Amino acid sequence: MIDFKTILSAKCVGIAGCGGLGSNCAVALARVGIGKLIIADFDEVTESNLNRQYFFLHQIGQKKVDALKENIRLINPIVTIEVHPIKLIPENIITLFKTCDVIVEAFDFADQKQMLIETVLSDMTGKPLVSGVGLAGWGDSNAIKVKRINNLYICGDATKEVSEEMPPLAPRVGIVANMQANVVLEILLK
Amino acid sequence: MKIILNNTETELNYSQITVKELLVIKKFTFKMLVIKINDKLVKNEEYANALIHNGDKVDVIHLISGG
Repeated sequence: MIDFKTILSAKCVGIAGCGGLGSNCAVALARVGIGKLIIADFDEVTESNLNRQYFFLHQIGQKKVDALKENIRLINPIVTIEVHPIKLIPENIITLFKTCDVIVEAFDFADQKQMLIETVLSDMTGKPLVSGVGLAGWGDSNAIKVKRINNLYICGDATKEVSEEMPPLAPRVGIVANMQANVVLEILLK
Repeated sequence: MKIILNNTETELNYSQITVKELLVIKKFTFKMLVIKINDKLVKNEEYANALIHNGDKVDVIHLISGG
């Protein structure tokens, strides 16, 4: 029986983006006792976030990284959390996440996701990166999968683009976010 | 020339093309792409200049937005 608790307590995971994917993924990792989380997001909690993001009514207006840190503290106070309420760009991505064992890519916009993926693949070679995509709407659970290409793991449904008719909602977002956390465990416990 | 595009042998009627031209020819229209030539990443800003030659292994991974 592998001593996963001891192994995880010595690991560090970077979370890029604390929205639907990032907040839920971070909470799942905190619950299983990850040692450290480095979380980054420039945004603040709004009411419309609550249909999928791991925040509460009284946190509206707070910085997401601060609200998430507080929520995790209430679940597992042993996790070390480093917060960065900033917008991520190639230069700070490399500095911020240098010490992470795995990076979770949890941005919403395609150009941001591409920027982070390209930065990690070319300037942080060998660093495992777990990206979350295509989580819109409801149903079609079986379309949500993990695709692996070397150190890049892509979790989600490769066909469902977010739109007004197909917004991101808690159930499907939660599946992808927890799938990302599950892939992180797979990488860390190899 | 012949290249291996996403693990499939593909014939193209050119002696060499840029990544940007390949995307047009093959109608890869997704907003977010991760592109590698011979396992080396080609960044977005390099698409118009990066050249593909006979025998190259080209991977075009398309991703869509998340949340």
